[in-house]
Amino acid sequence: MRDQRIVEIRNLSKSYQRGGQIVPVLSDITLDIASGEFVALMGPSGSGKSTLLNLIAGIDKPDGGMLRVAGIDIAELSESELADWRAEHVGFIFQFYNLMPVLTAFENVELPLLLTRLTSGERKSHVETALAMVSLSDRMEHYPSELSGGQQQRVAIARAIITDPTILVADEPTGDLDRASAEDILNLMDRLNAELGKTIIMVTHDPNAARRARSLRHLEKGVLTADRS
Amino acid sequence: MHFLKLVLRNALRHRLRTALTVLGLVVAFLSFGLLQTIVAAWYHGAEAAAPNRLITRNAVSLTIPLPLHYREKVRAVDGVKAVAVANWFAGVYQDPKNFFPQFAVEPVPYFSMYPEYRVPEEAFRAFLRDRKGAIVGRKLADTYGFKVGDAVPLKGTIFPGNWEFVVRGIYDAGEAKTDTSLFFFHWDYLNETMKQRQPLRANQVGIFVVEVSDVERAAAVSQEIDKQFKNSIAETLTETEQAFQIGFVKQTEAIVIAIRVVSFVVIFIILAVMANTMAMTARERFREYATLKALGFAPRYVAALIFGESLAITAVGCAIGIGLTFPVGGWFASQMGTLFPVFEVSENTVALQIACAVAVGAIAAALPARRAARVRIAEGLRAIG
Ligand SMILES: Nc1ncnc2c1ncn2[C@@H]1O[C@H](COP(=O)(O)OP(=O)(O)O)[C@@H](O)[C@H]1O
Ligand SMILES: [Mg+2]
Repeated sequence: MRDQRIVEIRNLSKSYQRGGQIVPVLSDITLDIASGEFVALMGPSGSGKSTLLNLIAGIDKPDGGMLRVAGIDIAELSESELADWRAEHVGFIFQFYNLMPVLTAFENVELPLLLTRLTSGERKSHVETALAMVSLSDRMEHYPSELSGGQQQRVAIARAIITDPTILVADEPTGDLDRASAEDILNLMDRLNAELGKTIIMVTHDPNAARRARSLRHLEKGVLTADRS
Repeated sequence: MHFLKLVLRNALRHRLRTALTVLGLVVAFLSFGLLQTIVAAWYHGAEAAAPNRLITRNAVSLTIPLPLHYREKVRAVDGVKAVAVANWFAGVYQDPKNFFPQFAVEPVPYFSMYPEYRVPEEAFRAFLRDRKGAIVGRKLADTYGFKVGDAVPLKGTIFPGNWEFVVRGIYDAGEAKTDTSLFFFHWDYLNETMKQRQPLRANQVGIFVVEVSDVERAAAVSQEIDKQFKNSIAETLTETEQAFQIGFVKQTEAIVIAIRVVSFVVIFIILAVMANTMAMTARERFREYATLKALGFAPRYVAALIFGESLAITAVGCAIGIGLTFPVGGWFASQMGTLFPVFEVSENTVALQIACAVAVGAIAAALPARRAARVRIAEGLRAIG
């Protein structure tokens, strides 16, 4: 499993249209990520890190090149096929957590399971396990507004892993947190990778965070440059 | 279950905004219900009409009378069971704003044609004995405090001078839609008095009320009656009571149409308010909608959340509005006195209120729901919510 390529990217390009002008964001990206890796994508702001991550996670579409994730050419999928694919294969961790403010921690974590066939009893035990894993068993009935930033991000991580996805994508997961909370989150991600073998792709511009990853890629003006393994 | 929970919690997120929107909806649906009820009350006379009653009037205008001697010819037409003469009196009781309809009628044939006017037998006999006697409706009696034995002076307009009547009986409604705001007196009293005051205007009849023996033949009987007076100095127009009432209402139809238009304008305004609320609400939640879509929820789930919220809010506003239409309508009716003989919130009105609520809820949500469903995830996630 370890050496199986979970993400295969060949000559991928992406540009945006802005005010009638075409702005190239990613050009000729070629990248492989093996199953069980923990990759950090670094680079200055505006270099296209989020764009690349969004393509891999199937929430944006490339202009050209090949993009295969978990053996599927996701650039070829229709919108609704892609939605199903994401629900099954991708766990999202966002910079601003993106929890539903009207749902409790428990309900937020349960959300992705509503798209599965699990019974409510099964969902309950899954959610409790996930929240225990992020040490929030005592905060299940709390709303996001009643939790600290670090706690909210832990709820978001529980939500991301609840369906046991193929890859976890994290866009600046510590970008909005103080140092201590950031450490907590990084420790948690480290454990998910080391103990549960989760494949994690993390975008960050924080060197502290990047250091925790097992491999590092640099993105500079839409082009992958040096890497360290 | 989870869907409903999300919809309801979202709806209660901005309590003040939701409360104000609901208040607006309540006022709009209440106003709409009242205006629709006024329109229905206006057309009420036509609804209370019986199919076996015809009205014969002057073909030129309702304001031009017919000669009394027509009565015998009308009665002779095959299929006619009974004929009663009637005149619109238009007298003023104390003050012109005290409006109620008064009719001079031939008591025996008239009241036998209108069995829905329930007069106690004893009272009816007393009425027949007194040439100045009058029969008044229950609602009219309640409004002005008329009791049996009371003298009621009316100041004539069409028939000048002062007229004195004595209440001899009060009639009750035989059916829900029966008008009990009417005032009846002897046509003979009117005619005899006119003979003295203005002899040239005596023996003139406003309308003949005709009862047909067979409802199926009403149209043929109408034609036959009018044929009798073809090419005479006063040609007649005979129509069913319902057609007659509708024609009567038509004279004031512009007002009714205006009221109807206003009632829908009110709904249109609340639609604009509701659409604005939903657009604002949806815009604030773009990131959440994008997140749901990223997690794999279908665009239509996101759209349904917005539709659900919009419909839930309009449903509450409409329900309270409908609930208030009844007591407020009742109060309104008591204030209006006899202007609207029957002022009742109908099932039709309630159905129309519900239909409008569904339309408002759905239309208000349509655009925001479409935009939220189509939001490109990567862009929606960038939005600072
Ligand atoms: N939806 C979009 N429309 C237009 N331009 C965009 C859009 N998304 C990103 N960009 C542009 O693409 C470039 C890369 O953006 P992004 O991937 O967010 O960079 P990073 O995450 O590395 O800071 C930036 O110049 C940004 O302005
Ligand atoms: Mg970024």
